[in-house]
Amino acid sequence: MWPRRLSGGDAMQEKNISKDNFEQCLKCNLCATVCPMMAANPHYPGPKQAGPDGERYRLKDPKFFDLTLKYCLNCKRCEVACPSGVKVGDIIQKARLAYARQHNPLRDFTLASTDLVGSIAVPFSTIVNPVMASPAVKTLMDSVLSVDKHRSFPKYARNCFTTWMKREAASQQEKFTRFVTYFHGCYVNYNFPSLGQDLVTVMNACNYGVHIPDKERCCGVAMISNGFSAKARRNAMTNLKAFRKTDETILTTSSTCTFTMRDEYENVLGIDTSDVRDRILLATKWLYDKIERGEISLAFKSGYHKKITYHTACHMNKMGWAIYSTELLRMIPGVELTVPGQKCCGIAGTFGFKKENYTYSQKIGQELFDTLKALEPEVVACDCETCKWQIEMSTGLTVMNPISILAEAIDVEATRKLNSR
Amino acid sequence: MNQYDVIIIGGGITGVGTARDCALRGLKVLLLARGDLTAGATGRNHGLLHSGARYAVTDRDSAAECIRENKILRRIAAHCVEPTGGLFITLPEDDLSYQDNFIKCCIDAGIKAEAIDPKEALKMEPSVNPALIGAVKVPDASVDPFRLATANALDAKLHGAVILTYHEVVSFIKDKNWIVGVQARDTRTGKTEKYYAPLTVNAAGIWGQNIAGMAGCQIKMLPAKGSLLIFGHRVNNMVINRCRKPANADILVPGDVVCVIGTTSDKVPMEECDDIRVTGDEVQLLLKEGCLLSPSLAHTRILRAYAGVRPLVASDDDPTGRKTSRGIVLLDHDRRDGIPGFISITGGKLTSYRLMGEMATDLVCDKLGRRSRCRTAELPLPGSEKELFDSAKGLRIAEKAAIGRQGTMVSKMDFSHKSEILCECEHVTRAEIAYAAKYLDVHNMMDLRRRTRVGMGTCQGSFCMKKVAAALARELGCPERTEEFIREYIEERWKGMAPVCWGESLCEAEYMRKLYADKKE
Repeated sequence: MWPRRLSGGDAMQEKNISKDNFEQCLKCNLCATVCPMMAANPHYPGPKQAGPDGERYRLKDPKFFDLTLKYCLNCKRCEVACPSGVKVGDIIQKARLAYARQHNPLRDFTLASTDLVGSIAVPFSTIVNPVMASPAVKTLMDSVLSVDKHRSFPKYARNCFTTWMKREAASQQEKFTRFVTYFHGCYVNYNFPSLGQDLVTVMNACNYGVHIPDKERCCGVAMISNGFSAKARRNAMTNLKAFRKTDETILTTSSTCTFTMRDEYENVLGIDTSDVRDRILLATKWLYDKIERGEISLAFKSGYHKKITYHTACHMNKMGWAIYSTELLRMIPGVELTVPGQKCCGIAGTFGFKKENYTYSQKIGQELFDTLKALEPEVVACDCETCKWQIEMSTGLTVMNPISILAEAIDVEATRKLNSR
Repeated sequence: MNQYDVIIIGGGITGVGTARDCALRGLKVLLLARGDLTAGATGRNHGLLHSGARYAVTDRDSAAECIRENKILRRIAAHCVEPTGGLFITLPEDDLSYQDNFIKCCIDAGIKAEAIDPKEALKMEPSVNPALIGAVKVPDASVDPFRLATANALDAKLHGAVILTYHEVVSFIKDKNWIVGVQARDTRTGKTEKYYAPLTVNAAGIWGQNIAGMAGCQIKMLPAKGSLLIFGHRVNNMVINRCRKPANADILVPGDVVCVIGTTSDKVPMEECDDIRVTGDEVQLLLKEGCLLSPSLAHTRILRAYAGVRPLVASDDDPTGRKTSRGIVLLDHDRRDGIPGFISITGGKLTSYRLMGEMATDLVCDKLGRRSRCRTAELPLPGSEKELFDSAKGLRIAEKAAIGRQGTMVSKMDFSHKSEILCECEHVTRAEIAYAAKYLDVHNMMDLRRRTRVGMGTCQGSFCMKKVAAALARELGCPERTEEFIREYIEERWKGMAPVCWGESLCEAEYMRKLYADKKE
């Protein structure tokens, strides 16, 4: 009578591995203890309730979908905490994509359509930037679009990164024999081409040429979080198609783009990425690995000095890759690095731009802001652009991508010599 | 003071159904239940509201009876019934020719049965075995027997009935041959009390054999154990049956947020009926057959196993007791055995409980010389007066779940002050627990579980037990019993988990053990 595990010819119940490890949830509530939103917002039921617990009811009837799931930041801290490997965050994301209606369709579409808005804004950046920054427009956007007036949109660049690449850098790249493909992402392309230029500088110094994908679209993260799954899937297919045309490593400088393409495409959008996933890497991880294996060496400027605090973005935490960025920074002589405990900054991409979320966003980030201010760094290093906007707005500190710090610190000529053997 | 028009023995669906009918017809009713309501076969079955299709080939009368009652219950017990629809599927190893006769028999009995393309069936119910070669759609539905019985008991009380749970009948009070009352012992206090009525109705299910014996007559019950498995969540949203002669483990029913595969059928001796357990062989059989209906069961977590005893009655005309009837058996013991004042209502099934109550009450009224029309087919049960769920948009899952469980009775819950969720798996709030404690005859954690689903979810109470026990003890005004509540509850949970304790269920059980059993003094 004592329980026997079924075995033998049939594999019944040998493994009850389910999609998203849904079956594996033991209800221990560890996820609830790390959820930044749950601590800040009493209306959010928390990852366990919104995820596996709610899913049981949604399987019965989609009407059990709870509107408060919109508060999920998709930081995936719940998944990092789960001892049973339950994809708590993915379960929530998928429920939102399946059942949620847009609260504010025009605003959400505008926020999610980074490519569309970016390509319109860049040619008129000299007009757009001051207009967007003016208090009158901010107030108008607040009342009409419900985009919070405290937020500043990142400024648009004069020229797109891709334009610079084609005009200024593309021909020089062909001098190299080894290449990487750089997925620049929307932020670098429309707002902050200098980060892309820094990446090219570092790669070229390491004796690698840089290509850009044949056709690149926004990774789709904002579309996923705003409920535009069909658009996100179309973007994903375009990007993957471009990646499949080359066998070069796909490098990125944004943790969220990387995470989206490596994990969300497969887990949330259900697209098979197994053939390219391992080739999509954050530039800092790729560099660190190459240096570790002795395939790349860096030479640094003498007399460089910087007091840096590294902020671990949630998606860096999820990928477990923060260590590569911090170790890379530690290689720079003269860098004084501090890495405080991992705390969410609260912006979560487009989430924090929405008027109804602003208070929660700032409440979640407060602990991090206080920590950073107390450490008084010259710059904060961070692999995520939206964390950068949030920290710069909320602390007044300057935030730089580790690649830009590296570009600033290396002796380009000396590095090139080291790697041209 | 303890004088009633009718005493009903049995807290199962037949007992509460009869009590409701009697009370609605203006009788002064006392219902005595040995334990909690629904603690026997009523709470230990599939929760299937038969369309009758299952019996169409073998027992046309039962089938016709089922479909009539099925239609009535959808109307009067809307908050207990989920109109899922059902499929009868033919697999490659089954005889497809059975299907034609099956459909013919269904239509004969008044059941809308319609052959559909296997591909269409897969679209309607994606979890069905894709190897199927035939499918018939029937109006099966899922019914929550706990809810149904609770609503009947509640309505009986609202119409003046007295319901005493944990009251075991120990003897009959006779005046010559006449049964004029019963003596019952309160099993919680040990006190014995006499209750009088000109009529006593035996609705004690399988235990009716003993009650009849006590009254001085014989009913031969043939206890048949049926085992079932509960899975951690739904894999199917329609009832799935095998289209063949009824056999073991060939019905998979979605019930609330879980699904249930069953049953087996084995004769058991009467003495075992009070403590039946599921064996390893039964678990294997249920899983193997279940996977043929829906292959995903092979990797779905099993929460627990349980077994009930069908109250099958030997036909009066067959002294060997081999011939059984699944139909309703109403015995007038005055005529049959010369014992006036005593009636037995037994046999039947969950789906036909209302009809059983009607038949018994008709006889009761006849005996008492009352003329009153049965209204149980027209009046909705408390909770089912109107549909609330569709207008529940914007509410929390917990509030929607409470509406699902208690229907319109949520109006009696104080969500503004007691909104915190105590049982997270099943989204049960303090408000619902307070409501159950106040209105639904709850005396311990097991009773509370049957009324609210507390602790029925994935963690089987591991994480909510303490909170719920404390809340219940407080609502009942006996905070000193909190620890006792917890202890009883763990034992009971463990009984159902033990037969399926592997994989995630084992992890969960170990977790529970660490939390509660390993406490160092």
